[in-house]
Amino acid sequence: MRNSVLYTIEKGELDKLIGILHRDGYTVVGPTVRDGAIGYEAIESVQQLPIGWTDEQAPGHYRLKRRDDDLYFGHVVGPQSIKKFFFPPKQRLFGIRREGENDYVFEATQPEPPRYAFVGVRACDLAAVRVQDRVFNDVMPDPYYAKARSQAVFIGVNCAEPGGTCFCTSMDTGPRCTQGFDIALTELKSTFTVEVGSDKGRKLLEALEHKTTDANTKHLVDLMMQSAAEHMGRSLNTDGLPEMLLNNLQHPHWDEVAKRCMDCANCTLSCPTCFCSNVEDKTDLTGDHAERWRTWGSCFTLEFSYHTGGYNRSSTAARYRQWLTHKLASWHEQFGTSGCVGCGRCITWCPVGIDITKEANAITDDVKRFRAEQERQRAEEVGS
Amino acid sequence: MVRDNKPKLAVYKFSSCDGCQLSILDLEDELLALTGAVEIAFFLEARRKVQPGPYDIGLVEGSISTPEEAERIVQVRKECKYLVTIGACATSGGIQALKNWADVEEYKRVVYASPQYIQTLETASPIAAYVLVDFELRGCPVNKYQLVEVITALVAGRRPQIPTYPVCLECKREGNVCVMVTEGTPCLGPITQAGCGALCPTYGRGCYACFGPSESSSTEALCTHCEKTGTDKPTIVRMLRSFNGYLEPFKQVGDEYERQVGNQ
Amino acid sequence: MITAIDQRPDVVSGDANAMSPVWARIVSRCQESSNTASYTMKFVDPEIGRRYRFLPGQFNMMYLFGVGEAAISVSSDPANSDSLVHTIRHVGSVTFAVDRLKVGQCVGLRGPFGSNWPLESCKGRDILLVAGGIGIAPLRPAIYQLLKNRDQYGRVILLYGIRSPQDMIFKEEVEEWMERRDFQVLITVDYPSENWTGPVGVVTKLLRRVRVDSRNTSVFVCGPRVMNRAAAHSFLSHYVPEDQIFVSLERNMRCGIGQCGHCQYGPKFVCKDGPVFSYASVRNLFGKDEV
Repeated sequence: MRNSVLYTIEKGELDKLIGILHRDGYTVVGPTVRDGAIGYEAIESVQQLPIGWTDEQAPGHYRLKRRDDDLYFGHVVGPQSIKKFFFPPKQRLFGIRREGENDYVFEATQPEPPRYAFVGVRACDLAAVRVQDRVFNDVMPDPYYAKARSQAVFIGVNCAEPGGTCFCTSMDTGPRCTQGFDIALTELKSTFTVEVGSDKGRKLLEALEHKTTDANTKHLVDLMMQSAAEHMGRSLNTDGLPEMLLNNLQHPHWDEVAKRCMDCANCTLSCPTCFCSNVEDKTDLTGDHAERWRTWGSCFTLEFSYHTGGYNRSSTAARYRQWLTHKLASWHEQFGTSGCVGCGRCITWCPVGIDITKEANAITDDVKRFRAEQERQRAEEVGS
Repeated sequence: MVRDNKPKLAVYKFSSCDGCQLSILDLEDELLALTGAVEIAFFLEARRKVQPGPYDIGLVEGSISTPEEAERIVQVRKECKYLVTIGACATSGGIQALKNWADVEEYKRVVYASPQYIQTLETASPIAAYVLVDFELRGCPVNKYQLVEVITALVAGRRPQIPTYPVCLECKREGNVCVMVTEGTPCLGPITQAGCGALCPTYGRGCYACFGPSESSSTEALCTHCEKTGTDKPTIVRMLRSFNGYLEPFKQVGDEYERQVGNQ
Repeated sequence: MITAIDQRPDVVSGDANAMSPVWARIVSRCQESSNTASYTMKFVDPEIGRRYRFLPGQFNMMYLFGVGEAAISVSSDPANSDSLVHTIRHVGSVTFAVDRLKVGQCVGLRGPFGSNWPLESCKGRDILLVAGGIGIAPLRPAIYQLLKNRDQYGRVILLYGIRSPQDMIFKEEVEEWMERRDFQVLITVDYPSENWTGPVGVVTKLLRRVRVDSRNTSVFVCGPRVMNRAAAHSFLSHYVPEDQIFVSLERNMRCGIGQCGHCQYGPKFVCKDGPVFSYASVRNLFGKDEV
């Protein structure tokens, strides 16, 4: 139950909202069908939303399916989050020209980011932005990220039908948008309910034809959210999880996962919070022009841990363990939050369907079984 | 900057299709910069004029497939300070290494009218099987930007920035949607070295491993998955045995699947 | 717990962003051993030179035009701010390129980054420095500070392990230090030359030759991985508390600001939580493989 005021707008108002955002100079980004999936792309109108489409998701499996209604947002999250708009996959950090033997001149550096308005962002992805803020914005702000982030508008959408690999409830990030949005929508048959999350959001709402939502509809929205929370495709037991993982770095299960894992890095690249990057210095053939680029990297690559002494993580088991323990355990110490928002992308987009919830649960369950067994033996010893 | 005493570049051809050499000519915009940075001293496909060795950088295309080539490569090694192999043939034996699994005498009889004139070795091998190689550039053909990077790095005296991680990183950076996950297409991208810019997946096809195995290529894990999702064993053998089938771990896993097919 | 972190100086970087360098000119070069040299540098922009401060144990990211960047500790006296010394072993692409530079040429720098030897909080205590090979470079600024404020510390001891006598860096200075009565310096080599009369063997063997007052000693360790591990464990077995053993660790650092992820060591970012760690803060990871 959420005690905020809800407003109702007719569905047609969404197109008007997109129009207003365009007029105000925003690049409007929303979910749209491309190459057999629903991803975030720049859109011009409501017509580009995946109207009447849904996505069937399972470990290593994603298929578009027709719905038997024409909902705008009857799908869940796609192959990539909105991370790419703040933290681009390939970014030139600077260029330098050498003039003469010893004179270096910086050339035009990073471009100005567009002003983005994100339409249809899910609660998990909003949470992910707040997780990445801690890396790129809170301590030593990355200029591009900070600028893109501060001028962005977020129109969230609450999830009524979680997907097969969703587990936001376990990570306490959804299915309802609770923060980080300017406006959050809940899609009903012919209307949206609107929750306002900021002054920017209020101004946008005021430009639309709206009315206060009646009590019945409000109750209906609560029920939808409750039902969504109860129908997550996956669940992760987070109780004592960080300690449990960090105390079991030698557990045999890491080796078991390593037999299936391909080190392909798809999990990290589809993850909305993974922030690792490579820094590449390049020159052109003349030798007088150099550039530094930052590209998405991954702890799953061997070269990621290379230094003069060799590789710090030479085995697949060590790299998988690094990723999972970072995400679910050491992130807490680094940033005071879990690195996982429960969006399920790493499960769906792992080509071989490795499931973070299953692997983490396998370790915690085993440790718990082991502890229970020890308890039992101790009790028996005391008893005899 | 035009340099005096520019490093001398030599380009050699062994058993190959010339495609990798062509990618040098294909540089177009960068070709002028290349000739500004190095002296193209020996490149028969591009110019008849030949400057005598020794050379600073030798680019070698093609595999060693004949007795004559096995002798010539030793001489080539001697006249080059840095020897760089370019392309799948020079680095893995290439498509012609498929003969390594076959009976060469039988092939000769079937293909040639007068097989007695054919001088060939039992195997087609990568250059590194015969001489020390300083850098191996993968691809069928090589990526021209990677080629420029290797030459640039050698001229600048730094390590070439050629990634050894899988194609998936490039594919995801391009914003592609995974063809394995959305279509069930067998794709070798997860176990193949990047460098092509995820060319095939960008056009909705699975990767064919033109760039050979990636740094920690989990070939077994991928093949196990393909088998589980309906690819039969003979198809898996054919998937692995293409441009780089003779490189480990493709070779070992391919051989293992072939053995299993034989036992069925 | 780390006892009190000294206030870190501001990071200097280029105008473009935190990932871009400022320029520093090599004003002199001193060959320390066959593969190691010390480079004295001055910032091209004198204003930056006035502003730049670092603490002992901190490092800079050094950029070689068109080659790349490497993390290099500062080896000079923090009190002497108008010139900066980096002592570099030429082992990789970037450091080989430094070797090729001539006096008068420029490198890019940004920094200083990372944590420092806790000289402030160790006042009044015996300080035992353990260096292995090039590991003496990041300890030298601490030695300068200790000797400058000699009366504020108890005994100061340096245990210095090198491969062979020819590999000794800062040779003249080390000899000066050995002359001092208020600074005990012990050197051991793995491979003695004919005229070497000193100790032979790993640096931890020198521990037998010094008295360690476990309650009042702080230990600063910097060397190769194996040495760090052996040294830390020796001091633990001498009952030096975990929070008084400080180790400088090495990982591949790409950004220096905790954003690229490369230098992660369990939950630690070596570039900003380290490179100097108290043993207590990395106890669960220290010496473990593949983390």
